[in-house]
Amino acid sequence: MKKTDTVIIGAGPVGLFAVHQLGIKGLKSVVIDNLDKAGGQCIELYPDKPIYDIPAVPECTGEELTKRLLEQIKPFNTEFFLNERVEEVKQDKDNWIVKTNNNNEFLAPNIIIAGGVGSFEPRKLSLKEAEKFEGKSLFYAVRNKELFKNKNISIFGGGDSALDWALELSKFSKINLIHRREGFRGAPHTLSEIKKLEKDGKISIKTPCQLESIEGETNIKSITLKFDDGKTEKIKTDIVLSFFGLIMKLGPIAEWGLNMSKKTIEVNSENFQTSKQGIFAAGDICSYPGKLKLILSGFHEVALASVECFKRARPNEKYRFEFTTSSKNIQERLGKK
Amino acid sequence: MPKITYKDNQGNSKTIEVENGLSVMEGAIQNDVPGIDADCGGSMACATCHVYVEEKWLDKLPKAEDAEIDMIDMAYEPKKNSRLSCQLIVSDELEGLTVTTPEKQS
Repeated sequence: MKKTDTVIIGAGPVGLFAVHQLGIKGLKSVVIDNLDKAGGQCIELYPDKPIYDIPAVPECTGEELTKRLLEQIKPFNTEFFLNERVEEVKQDKDNWIVKTNNNNEFLAPNIIIAGGVGSFEPRKLSLKEAEKFEGKSLFYAVRNKELFKNKNISIFGGGDSALDWALELSKFSKINLIHRREGFRGAPHTLSEIKKLEKDGKISIKTPCQLESIEGETNIKSITLKFDDGKTEKIKTDIVLSFFGLIMKLGPIAEWGLNMSKKTIEVNSENFQTSKQGIFAAGDICSYPGKLKLILSGFHEVALASVECFKRARPNEKYRFEFTTSSKNIQERLGKK
Repeated sequence: MPKITYKDNQGNSKTIEVENGLSVMEGAIQNDVPGIDADCGGSMACATCHVYVEEKWLDKLPKAEDAEIDMIDMAYEPKKNSRLSCQLIVSDELEGLTVTTPEKQS
């Protein structure tokens, strides 16, 4: 079990700034996130879209904001646990034990939940029969290309993931690329490569159509597509890959006994503590009278939460408010001396 | 104020007066109409405010931008009459609009 002062759940902008606010107070933290990279919604939903309301930054993209925050917290050498979801939170006297789905365990007096709208998970096919094939012949991500050699593969989706994998897997398998409309939103360059391979008979493109049914016992044998004009087509298929993006799911957070309203966690706006001492919530996931779902509000929320975190992590020390411009302690912690 | 009707996939419906300038999504959220999640808060980044628009309204609504159509690819069971309700801004012309929410949003 790893000991730390604060476990931060969520590596979005608010979780990252929490590292900073705790760090300048001399507190250690770890960050856990279900995505494979830091940035949260900024990096997953709108990496290229401009944000205009970060104070003193007239314009930056979600990706730039994430990069800058990571740079800002570099001095604290914080450990990140990515691709991991927190499953369980248990009380242990004045501490909390946090367990992840990757069997990591942490012990800390504080938890800051900066979980946005929940963890990102792949959007699954809506067909009922799809579930029993999941992990066997239906996949929502490619982890090991070897599994996909010399097969008949049907790929669903119109974005970059669908196009990139169609191109890559066509090197050694027969590909059907299936999309609900004729236009693809993936990179035009990739699409033109795919159109070439279509002429060579390596890839066949099926549009505009949707999945009607999947046939097979333990493994998929074929799928049936329904086209917009009402016609159906049965296609021999060993493997289905589906790339319909990610959705956000609150997941286990709802089961930790915190006071919730709709899909948010109630906090007091003095220190952003939840109904449980030592568990804080900040950013889009918290609610209190007047709450605005803005990144800058999340920054304020973790600044105040970090003060209470200090009091709980260092009960024998007196908390002293300090400015970064004048505090030697803070400057040392930032490596500025 | 224009009246907007929100139907669920079971046929239950609720008609609400929504102020001009609000989106059809905001009208639902502010009046606790179930079936519209709007996880991203209306920034056209999530497709969880997906609705089906009554056929006769399709041509009367401002056309969906490319970004909205791209995002509808990600929605649960998209159809020809799919729109994101965060992109439908209420005005007098929308008086009587009926939208149906999908079986689920995610």
